[in-house]
Amino acid sequence: MPFITASTLAPDYDVIVVGSGAGGGQTAYTLCMEGARVLMLEAGRTYRPEIETPMFQTPEEAPLRGAGTPDKAWDFYDATVDGGWELAGEPYVQGSPGAGGDFRWWRARMMGGRTNHWGRVSLRAGPYDFKPYSRDGLGFDWPIGYEDVAPYYDKVERLIGVYGTSEGLENTPDSPPGCLLPPPAALVSDLLIRQRAQRVGVPVIPGHRAVLTRPLDWKNSPGILHPGNLAAQRIIAADMQRRAACLWATPCGRGCSIRANYQSTTVHLPPALITGRLDILTDAMVSQVVMGSSGRASGVRFFDKRAGTEHQARGRVVVLAASACETVRILLNSTSASFPNGLANSSGKVGRYLMDSVGSSLGGQVPLLEGLPPQNEDGASGDAVYAPWWMYREQHAGRLDFARGYHIEISGGRRMPGVDTMKGTEWLTGGSYGRRFKADARRFYGSFVHFYGRGEMIPNEHSYCDIDPRVKDRMGIPVLRFHWRWSDHETRQAAHMQKTFADIIDALGGRTQNPAPADGAKAISTGGSIIHEVGGAIMGADSRTSVTNSWGQTWDVKNLFITDGAVFASNADKNPTLTIMALAWRSADHILAALRRREL
Amino acid sequence: MDRRTTLKWVMAAAAAVPGLNGRAWGAVAPEANAASDARAAGLAADRAAGYGTDPDLSRVYHPGELWPLTLSAAERRTATVLCDLILPADERSPSASSVGVVDFLDEWVSAPYPQQQADRPILLAGLKWLDDESARRFATTFAALDEAGQRAICDDICHEQTAAAAFAEAAHFFARYRDLTAGGFYTTPEGRRDIGYVGNVPQATFEGPPLELLRMVGLAE
Repeated sequence: MPFITASTLAPDYDVIVVGSGAGGGQTAYTLCMEGARVLMLEAGRTYRPEIETPMFQTPEEAPLRGAGTPDKAWDFYDATVDGGWELAGEPYVQGSPGAGGDFRWWRARMMGGRTNHWGRVSLRAGPYDFKPYSRDGLGFDWPIGYEDVAPYYDKVERLIGVYGTSEGLENTPDSPPGCLLPPPAALVSDLLIRQRAQRVGVPVIPGHRAVLTRPLDWKNSPGILHPGNLAAQRIIAADMQRRAACLWATPCGRGCSIRANYQSTTVHLPPALITGRLDILTDAMVSQVVMGSSGRASGVRFFDKRAGTEHQARGRVVVLAASACETVRILLNSTSASFPNGLANSSGKVGRYLMDSVGSSLGGQVPLLEGLPPQNEDGASGDAVYAPWWMYREQHAGRLDFARGYHIEISGGRRMPGVDTMKGTEWLTGGSYGRRFKADARRFYGSFVHFYGRGEMIPNEHSYCDIDPRVKDRMGIPVLRFHWRWSDHETRQAAHMQKTFADIIDALGGRTQNPAPADGAKAISTGGSIIHEVGGAIMGADSRTSVTNSWGQTWDVKNLFITDGAVFASNADKNPTLTIMALAWRSADHILAALRRREL
Repeated sequence: MDRRTTLKWVMAAAAAVPGLNGRAWGAVAPEANAASDARAAGLAADRAAGYGTDPDLSRVYHPGELWPLTLSAAERRTATVLCDLILPADERSPSASSVGVVDFLDEWVSAPYPQQQADRPILLAGLKWLDDESARRFATTFAALDEAGQRAICDDICHEQTAAAAFAEAAHFFARYRDLTAGGFYTTPEGRRDIGYVGNVPQATFEGPPLELLRMVGLAE
């Protein structure tokens, strides 16, 4: 009976996992496959991608031709349900509003959380990324290095399925043979960009995304993922065969009913449920970690959102994987006589060093791509190629005015037309209408390219969240207040992105509607809006300056762990999800070993 | 419209008296009459009137099902004519109005969401301006004008950047109207076919561009 209600909770679990996304999903998967009894609590509803995913629906079947609204922020068919930048009854507060001080918080109250929607870009952080302070004296080193995490990147790539290549580039790790799936064919726009970007010194290589370009290696991977555990091997071998390869249509952001891309709900949770050791309780909003005797956590307190009742669940170990900020919120709201400033907060660092990725983008129109014969360019729905950061040497030599790198995500091609197709094209059409406008639409459609920079933000003292002293959500749980400030490193990096994008568009013989902004403060994204927020409970080597040790185990409470992005001590330009999963697997291994030794 | 929708609609309208709910309506054209002012304000519905954060994604929706359509018969006549001036039938595809774009525009300006509420006064004022301008120049409505007359007016407002100052607002309206008309048209099967979108079909493999295409952009000999 894997899906339970508050009234059918078991009296006790080995591990309680709060959250069902990338961190919670991976944690529960590893724990259940290796024998632990797990309760997973999810604040949103249950979600079944195999029957709920709108795989081939077209915009004219949707309200407003699928245009995004506050109810469905990306577009109508996006996988996110009960999510958004604002959630009814669950506010958050801006502590430093205006002038670059805003923070936007994307939440998805649904099983699998934000993994149902995400972009699936799956990049390994490299050796430099775990030791940034040692390299340039800014931010913090992690208490672990790339070599500690690499075996878990290997495992996660084999389990979830990631396409990409190993190119031997600096701080852009290769994967061992057998880990990566072949990348999809690039579009003609990708190939043109690769050729022209090279001329301005930007290398373009195959992207890395969690999409099955071919079936998983169900014969060899199970033994590598679960050595000596035949039961687990059988389960995952069978489940890998139930995941189909990509059928080269319908956007990944809708989710995938044939399980061809990674969502926690299609990859982590099904095999974990098959073990019979996972109970999932949905619509359960955790408010606090409950402390028992001798400084140990005894479980969590939660609201049954449907019934409006409050309950407790008990476990030997509590794992928070509610997303970086929600995990911080639970800790800060778990006050007691022993922890007046929030749980696991003797360092005062809970909520501190919140980071997002630096984001900046520029689009251009490329005459060479005009009026090409129709091609099906759906592909794997984006990011067939990308440009990893290429200026490590210049940066290290002090020749750039910002300290950390960025990569470039690239899009183009003949995407399914949406409500914005041909929007704002007067600068190209000269204001045509009538037969000439129809001809212009045929000419310009598919000739647009976009470049999205994703850069590293250095943790700073002004970017953090705490508990608002007044505002509570509709369940009466105090809410987060966000404080945000980009430093010059980030705004200068955003300016550099714009210059680079403009150079590439120029090399393509393309044009932009307006000149690329030279002022980075104008070009940079709002904090949180890239949805790569990490930090808030960073790991470290010293309990006075960090919240957890290298296992995500809180310094103050031995049986309390964090396996989401909150533990990140830095936020490399590499999108965080793959690293969240690798760290979660590593933490789960540590928890299992400690449980077996009866240390927890 | 079912009873539940009607009730939601009435309550939303009642809750949206200007000045009480703090919503600003922006610039409604000064010549707009009292009735259309009230209609514009009545649409400042709260989010309860939308489809919510967990709509059924598997069913097909039609304009008017989720919230009432609100354009008047006269506005729809003008909207139809303008849609088809922007995207007329030709040898490759039918006209915008014949594939439901007017219904889409009506759905759009009647929707209870911020972007649509922001577009509503622009579009309503613009449609009215077309009639006022037609009356001034030709002493008739825009819809009743011959195509030469209609084009004479459109030519003055079809390019925001070069439109005369006196036509600035009308040109802004035209740009937005054309955006939405194109958005409505190219999201239909006929529009997708016209523009050359041939995806959204399952395939066993994805081969990438053929040699011929690479030659066309200079990526192959």
